[in-house]
Amino acid sequence: MRRVFISGNTAIAEGAIAAGMRFYAGYPITPASDIMEYLAEKLPEVGGVMMQFEDEIASINAVVGASWAGVKSMTATSGPGFSLMVEALGLAIITETPLVVVNVMRAGPSTGVPTKSSQSDVLQVRNGPHGDYVIPVLAPWSVQEAFDMTVKAFNISESLRTPVVLLSDSVIAHLWEAAILREPGEIEVVNRKKPTVPPDEYLPYRPDDDLIPPMACFGEGYNVIVESLTHDERGYYKQDVNTYRRLVNRLCNKILNRIDQVFDVEGYYINDSKYIVVSYGSTARAALAAVRALRNSGVKAGLLRLKTLWPLKVGVIREYCRHADKVFVAENNVGKVVYDIERIVKNGEVLSLPLLNLDVPTPDDIVEGIREWM
Amino acid sequence: MDVEGSSVKGYHPLDKYLRTDRLPHIWCPGCGLGINLGSIMRAIDRRVREGSLKRENIVFVTGIGCSARTSFYVNFDAAHTLHGRAVAFATGAKLAKPGLEMIIIGGDGDIAGIGGNHLIHAAKRNMDLIVVMITNFVYAMTGGQMAPTTPRGLYTTTTPYGNPEPPLNAVKLISSLNPNYVARASVTHPPLIEQFMYRALGMKGFRFIEVLSTCPEIFGRHIGLRDPVTLYNTLRSKVVVKQNPNVEESELDWEKGFVLGEYIMRDNPSYLEILGRR
Repeated sequence: MRRVFISGNTAIAEGAIAAGMRFYAGYPITPASDIMEYLAEKLPEVGGVMMQFEDEIASINAVVGASWAGVKSMTATSGPGFSLMVEALGLAIITETPLVVVNVMRAGPSTGVPTKSSQSDVLQVRNGPHGDYVIPVLAPWSVQEAFDMTVKAFNISESLRTPVVLLSDSVIAHLWEAAILREPGEIEVVNRKKPTVPPDEYLPYRPDDDLIPPMACFGEGYNVIVESLTHDERGYYKQDVNTYRRLVNRLCNKILNRIDQVFDVEGYYINDSKYIVVSYGSTARAALAAVRALRNSGVKAGLLRLKTLWPLKVGVIREYCRHADKVFVAENNVGKVVYDIERIVKNGEVLSLPLLNLDVPTPDDIVEGIREWM
Repeated sequence: MDVEGSSVKGYHPLDKYLRTDRLPHIWCPGCGLGINLGSIMRAIDRRVREGSLKRENIVFVTGIGCSARTSFYVNFDAAHTLHGRAVAFATGAKLAKPGLEMIIIGGDGDIAGIGGNHLIHAAKRNMDLIVVMITNFVYAMTGGQMAPTTPRGLYTTTTPYGNPEPPLNAVKLISSLNPNYVARASVTHPPLIEQFMYRALGMKGFRFIEVLSTCPEIFGRHIGLRDPVTLYNTLRSKVVVKQNPNVEESELDWEKGFVLGEYIMRDNPSYLEILGRR
C-alpha cells in the first residue's frame, strides 16, 4: 500500500498494473496520452509491453489479439479515438474477449475541444457498436476511484469475459489528488476461467451454468476459434435463428444476471430529501457541493451518484428516488442519462440539468438550475 | 449449408491439420484458395516434422473475405476477425506471447485495401509476422467490385465505365519498407507457394508472400475467362519464375505478365528482437 499524490490518468495506469494488465496498445490523443506515456515507462519494468500503433483501430485490435494470447490488455483514448475503436469493441463482445477500454471524455462532436472536458459520450460508450449486447460502463469521480475502478473493470472483464469501458473525463484525468494505491495481495484480482476438460472435449463457446465459457488461449493446445461471425458453441458460423438467439441472449444475460457485480451507486442525504440530484463522474463533485449548499440554506436536497453508467439496476435507482418530489439529473452534456432516469423514476418529476460546460460545472450552476424548478 | 456428418477424417495425410467436419469448404470450383491452403499445410507439415515448428504455437489470423475463410478449415488456433484488421490483431497476440507463429491470410482487398495502413506499419516495424496476400484482382465475396489489384480499364460491378485506377503493386510497396522477406507466388505453381512458405516459417521479422490466384466465378467473368481451366492456363502463361528478381520488375500487369520469385531475403533485426522479447 502506498499513499501518493497523482493525477487521475496516472491512477488508471497504476490500477491497470495492479490488476495484472501487461499489454497496452494505444495512439496519442488528448486528454488520454499520459496514460500511455506513463505505461511506456512502467510496463517494461513489470515484464509488460506498451505499443504505440499507427491508429486507434490497430490499437484495440491488437488488444483483442493480446487478450487471446492470454495477457490482460487495455487501451485508452478519447472521443475521436473511441469512435474508431467501436468496430473492434463489437469484435470483443462477440468473441467474449476480456479487455478494458478507457475513454477520457473531451468535448465533441468530431475533433471538438481536445483540451476541455465533457460527459457527452455516455450513450456512445454503451451503444457504439452495431448489434445487440451489454457493455459494462464505470465512471470514476476521483483519483482514488480512478485506481479502484480500473481494478474493478479488469475484474469484471475477466470474470464475465467482456470488454468493459472505464469512462473518465478531462477533469478527472488531470486532477491531482492524494490516493492510496494497493498491491495485488491487498486487492481482489480476478483471472479468467480456464478450461477443465482436455482439448479434444473443449468447445470454445460452451458456457458453464453462469453462461460464461471457460477461455483457452493461443498456444495452449486447444485449437481455439476466435469467430466474429455468429457462431455455435464450437465457434462455427451458423445463420439459423436459434443459434443467433442463443448467442445474443447469452451475451446480454451473462452480464445482466450478474448485475450486482457491476452496478454500484452512492447516496448522500437521501433519506429526507425532497429533491434528489442524480449525477456521475466529475460533475457529481459539483453536484455534491450544490446539495450541501442547498442543505445549508434549509432545502432538503440529496445526491444519488451513479458509479456504474451501464447496465443500470432499475430497482435500486427507483428505491433511492422513491420519496423525492423532484429528481434532477445533472450532467455535462445536453441531457442523456436523464432519459434512463425518466424511464426508471415513477413517483417524482424528473428534470434535466444539461450543464454543457467546457470546464468543471460549478455548484452554483447546479444550485441555480434546481432553484429555478423547485 | 449443413456440413455435419460429412466428415472425411483420415482420408488425406494432411487431414490432421484440417477441421474436416467443416468440409466441404465454401470456395467455388476453380478457386485458387484450396491450392494455396494445401501448399501452406505442406510447408507447415515439413517444419513440424523436422522439429523447427511446434504445432500448438501456430495461429492463423484472418480478416474478412473468401481468403479469410481459411481460418474456418485449419485445425490450429485460429481467429476470423474484422475486415482489414488481421495484421493488427496478430501483432498484439505476438507481442503478448512471442512464442506464437502468427500466419495471416487474406485477400488483396482485406490486406492491402482496408487493411493497408496496418500492413505498411507492420512491414516498417519488421514485425514478426507472416502475411500471405491472395491476389485475385477483384472483390469476390461481395460480388465483383473493384479491388486494389484490379487491372486498369476493367469493367466491374462498381466500375461500369472501366476501372480508372492502376493496380496496387504490393510487392513493390512492402519492399520499400523494412521487411525481411518478400516473395510472389502463384496458384499455378503450388510448389513455389510451399517453398516460399517453408522459407518464411524459418525466418524472423516481417515476411510477405503475395500469391496470385484464380477467381473464375467473379474475376474470370469480368475479364472474359469464365471457364476455370482457361483462366488457370491464361494466368499460368503469364507468370515467369525468376531467381532473385529485382523489385523493379515486380509490376502487376496482365498485359506484360507477372514475375514470381523471392524479391527480398535478409536478416535485419526483427521488432521483437529489438524489444528484447524474442
